[in-house]
Amino acid sequence: MKSRTVIEKIWDNHVVAERGNAPTLLYIDLHLVHEVTSPQAFDGLRQRGLRVRRPDLTIATTDHSTPTTPRGFPIVDQIAKAQVEKLIQNCKDFGIHCYPLGSDKQGIVHVIGPELGLTQPGMTVVCGDSHTATHGALGALAIGIGTSEVENTLASQCLLLKRSHTYQVRVDGALKPGVSAKDIILALIARIGIGGGTGSIFEYCGSAIRSLSMEERMTVCNMSIEGGARAGLVAPDDTTYQYVAGREFAPKGAAWDQAVARWRQLPTDEGAAYDKSIVIDAATLEPMITFGTNPGMGIPIRGAVPNPSDISDPLERDSLARALVYMDLPAGKPLLGHPVNVVFIGSCTNSRISDLRNAASVLKGRKVHPSVRVLVVPGSQQVKAQAQAEGLDQIFRDAGADWREAGCSMCIAMNGDSLQPGEYSVSTSNRNFEGRQGKGARTFLASPMTAAASAISGKVSDVRELL
Amino acid sequence: MEKFTPFESRMVALPRDNVDTDQIIPARFLKTISKDGLGDQLFNDWRYDAEGKPKPDFVLNKPESKACKVLLAGDNFGCGSSREHAPWALTQYGFRAVISTSFADIFKGNSLKNSLLPIVVPPDVHAELLKDPTGAVKVDLASQTLTLASGRKVHFPVDDFAKHCLLEGIDELGYILQQEPAIAAFEAAHPAGIDTRA
Repeated sequence: MKSRTVIEKIWDNHVVAERGNAPTLLYIDLHLVHEVTSPQAFDGLRQRGLRVRRPDLTIATTDHSTPTTPRGFPIVDQIAKAQVEKLIQNCKDFGIHCYPLGSDKQGIVHVIGPELGLTQPGMTVVCGDSHTATHGALGALAIGIGTSEVENTLASQCLLLKRSHTYQVRVDGALKPGVSAKDIILALIARIGIGGGTGSIFEYCGSAIRSLSMEERMTVCNMSIEGGARAGLVAPDDTTYQYVAGREFAPKGAAWDQAVARWRQLPTDEGAAYDKSIVIDAATLEPMITFGTNPGMGIPIRGAVPNPSDISDPLERDSLARALVYMDLPAGKPLLGHPVNVVFIGSCTNSRISDLRNAASVLKGRKVHPSVRVLVVPGSQQVKAQAQAEGLDQIFRDAGADWREAGCSMCIAMNGDSLQPGEYSVSTSNRNFEGRQGKGARTFLASPMTAAASAISGKVSDVRELL
Repeated sequence: MEKFTPFESRMVALPRDNVDTDQIIPARFLKTISKDGLGDQLFNDWRYDAEGKPKPDFVLNKPESKACKVLLAGDNFGCGSSREHAPWALTQYGFRAVISTSFADIFKGNSLKNSLLPIVVPPDVHAELLKDPTGAVKVDLASQTLTLASGRKVHFPVDDFAKHCLLEGIDELGYILQQEPAIAAFEAAHPAGIDTRA
C-alpha cells in the first residue's frame, strides 16, 4: 500500500462520497459553534426547514463578542448581548449543548475543545473560525470554515472539500531558554510569508515539535492560518495520548485501549511524500516579535525593522511602507526598547495554563510599569480556576495586571476590550492587522514571556535579560 | 442564489497585497445576527474618518467607483479570518468579481458560495490591468474568459463544481442533501466516538 502522510490518512478515513466533478464529501466528527459566525447559518436551516443532523457531534460556547468583565455584570453592548442570547436560543431550538456565559466550562472555543477531551486524534473538526487549526495539535484535521459551511455541517455533518497539498514543516533541535512555541510559529510565518501555505495543510514534525507539550503544539498549530494554510497538525504520539487520557469526553476503559490502538496507525508512513517541505533549526531561533500589519512581518527581538527601499517588488515595497506608516515606526531601527501602552496575555494562541505559568514566572515578585495597562485573560473558565488554584492570579494582581474572565478579549476587540487609536500593544494573540485590536491600534505579536518582560519595562523587551 | 450571468463593468482598483478580511469588514461589525447592512461598512477603517465621514481620497468614495462591479485587488486577497461577512459586504456594495494574482483559501471558498467570482490572473495580466485601473472588463464565467479593455482575452481557472453552481444559481447544500444515502451509510459504518450531550 502507498505510503501516506497523517493528513492523507485522516482524509481517506472520512471520505463519504466522490462523485463526478464535485469535491470530496467529507464527514465531520466534531463541529464547534460560537456566537459570531453561526446565527445566519441557523436562520438558513429555519428557512429550509432543516434540523441539525448530529447535535451529538456539535458543541457551542460564547467567546468572541463576550465580555471578560466579572460574570455577574450585564453585557453592556446591546448588539453583542443580542448575539450571545441568539446563540443560546439557537442551541435550545436545535438541541445543541452549549457552555454559555456563566458556565464553569465556558471559554474560547479552541481552548475548551481539547480541554474537555472533545477533540481527539484522527478526527475531522470544523468551526466557523480560522483558528480551528489549533485542534490539529491533537492529530486532528481541523479546518476553519465560513458561515455557509457552518450551515452545511449543521444540516449534513459533511463538507464539500477539495484535497489540499501536503506541506511538511520540520523543526529539529532544541529551543534555547527564553524561546517558545510562539517563536517557532512566528519564525515560520516570517520565513514563508502569510500566503506561503495557501492551498496546503501543514504537518509539523521533527524533534523540536516532538518535545513540545500538547499546549505548546496548540500554539504552533493555531497560527497555521497566519501562514496561509487551510490546517496544520502534529501526528499523535504518547504526549497526545497522555493529554487526552481521563478528560471528560475521552474514551474510557476498553474503548480507550481500542482508540489508542487506532490512533497509533495515524502517524505518517516511512517514505510518504509531501508536496512541499521546509526545515527549521530550532537552536537558531530567537524570541520573535512582529513590527508590521501582518503576522509575516516578524523579526528576532533584537533585529531591525526592514527597509522598504531594500525591496524590489513594487506592491511588496508598498505594503511594507504602508505598514511602517500605520505603525509609525522608522525603517532600519530595532524594535527593542520601543514604548508600549498595553500588554495583552490571552487568546486562542496563548491563554492556556502553561502560557499563564510562563508569564507568571516572569512577573513573579516584579511590578508592571506604571504606564502600561496589562490584561491577563485565561482561555477558559477551567484555565481560570486552575490558575487561581496555583495562585497565578495573585502573582498577576500583585504585579499590577488585570485578571479577567475567559474570552477572546483584545485579540478581536469586539467585546469591550480594545486599544485606543495609536496605542501600541505587545500581544500574545495571532493577528496584528490594522485595527485588529481596535481602530488605529498598533500590535506587536510575541510570546507570553516576551509580553510579560515588556509589561515590566514598559517597552519591547528581551525576556532573556530577566531569566 | 441568482444565476451568474456575463457582464461588463469598469474596475475599482485597490492594488494592495495581503488585504485581510479585518480590513474588508472590521470585527466590530460582526456582532450582527443578520447578513444585511454590511455593504456600507465595507473597508470601513480605510473608507471613513474618525467622525465617520467618507474620506474623499479613498477609491471606493470616488464618484467613478459607484456602480463598479469588479474589484482589482492585490496578491493574497482575503487572508486572515474566515468571516463570510467579507464576501457579504463586497456583494452588498455591488461587486460581482474580484481580480487578483491569488486569494486566501477560505475567502475564495466563501466568495464562490455567495456569487462573488474570484478571478486569478497571472502577474503580467495583473500588471496590464493596473495600467488602466478604472478600465472596463468583461467577465464571462461560462467560457472562463476575462476580456480586458484592450480586447485581450484571458482564460481564468474556476473549479468545475463551483462554476456549475454559480451558473445554475444553486448552492452546495442542495447537492449535499442529495447524498443522504451515502452519509447514512458512512454513519452506520463509523459509530461516533463522542456524544457532546452526554
